[in-house]
Amino acid sequence: MACFVVPGTEAIVATAVLIAVRQHEKKLAAPKLGNGTAVEKENKTPFSKKLGWLCSLLWGGVALLAFEHIWHGEVVPFPPFLTAAADPVSKAEMLHEMGTSGVAMALLVTLIWLGMVIISTVLENKTEAKAAEENV
Amino acid sequence: MTLLITVFAACIATAVWYKTSGTNEMKPGVLALMYWGASIMWFVDAVVEYAELKSEYFTPAPADMLNDSFLGFSVVALGLIIWLVIVMIKDPRGVIRKKN
Repeated sequence: MACFVVPGTEAIVATAVLIAVRQHEKKLAAPKLGNGTAVEKENKTPFSKKLGWLCSLLWGGVALLAFEHIWHGEVVPFPPFLTAAADPVSKAEMLHEMGTSGVAMALLVTLIWLGMVIISTVLENKTEAKAAEENV
Repeated sequence: MTLLITVFAACIATAVWYKTSGTNEMKPGVLALMYWGASIMWFVDAVVEYAELKSEYFTPAPADMLNDSFLGFSVVALGLIIWLVIVMIKDPRGVIRKKN
C-alpha cells in the first residue's frame, strides 16, 4: 500500500547525512593540501562511500517499489496520492502495513548495509596489516 | 515472480560489477545496489505474504504470474533507465561534454 514510504524517509535522512559527511571529509583533507604537503593516499574506503552504498540500496529499492505501487494503482498522481488514504478503514490498514512491512524493509536494508560495512572494514584492516608485515 | 526476476538482475549486475571492478567507469555497482535494494524490500513483502497464504504462495494463478513477470521485466527496464541517466549525468568518459 505505502510500505516504501518508510525506507523512502530513511533514504532522505541517509542522503542528508551523506552530504554532511562528504563536506566534513573535504574539510579534513583541505588543511593537508593547504600546507603544500601531498595528501597521503589511503587504502581505506572513505565512510562517505560506504554511506553511498546505503543510499543506493534505499533509493533504488524505493524507486522500483514506487513503480510497483503505481502499477497496482496504489499510488496516483493526484491528491491524496495514496489511494488507501482516501477512506479511514484503508488508511488504518495502510498505516499498519507501513509500521510492519515498511519498518521491516528499512531495518533489513540497514542491517545488510551494516554487514557490508563490517566485512569491508575487516578486509581493509587485514590488507593493511599484511602490507605492514611485508614492509617490516 | 517480480522478486525472482529482480534477484536475477541483481546477480547479473553484481557479476558485471565484479568483472569490471577497478575501473568502475560505468558504475555497475550503483545498478547492482539498486536491484539488491528492491530485492530486499520485495523479500520482506514475500515473507509477509507467505505468512498469510502459507503454501498457496507458491502456487499463484497463471494470470497473476504473467502480470508479475511483466512487472518484473518492467522494473528491470526502469532500473536500467535510471542507471543510464546516472551514467549520462556523470559522463565518466566525457563523451557528452566533448560534444558540447
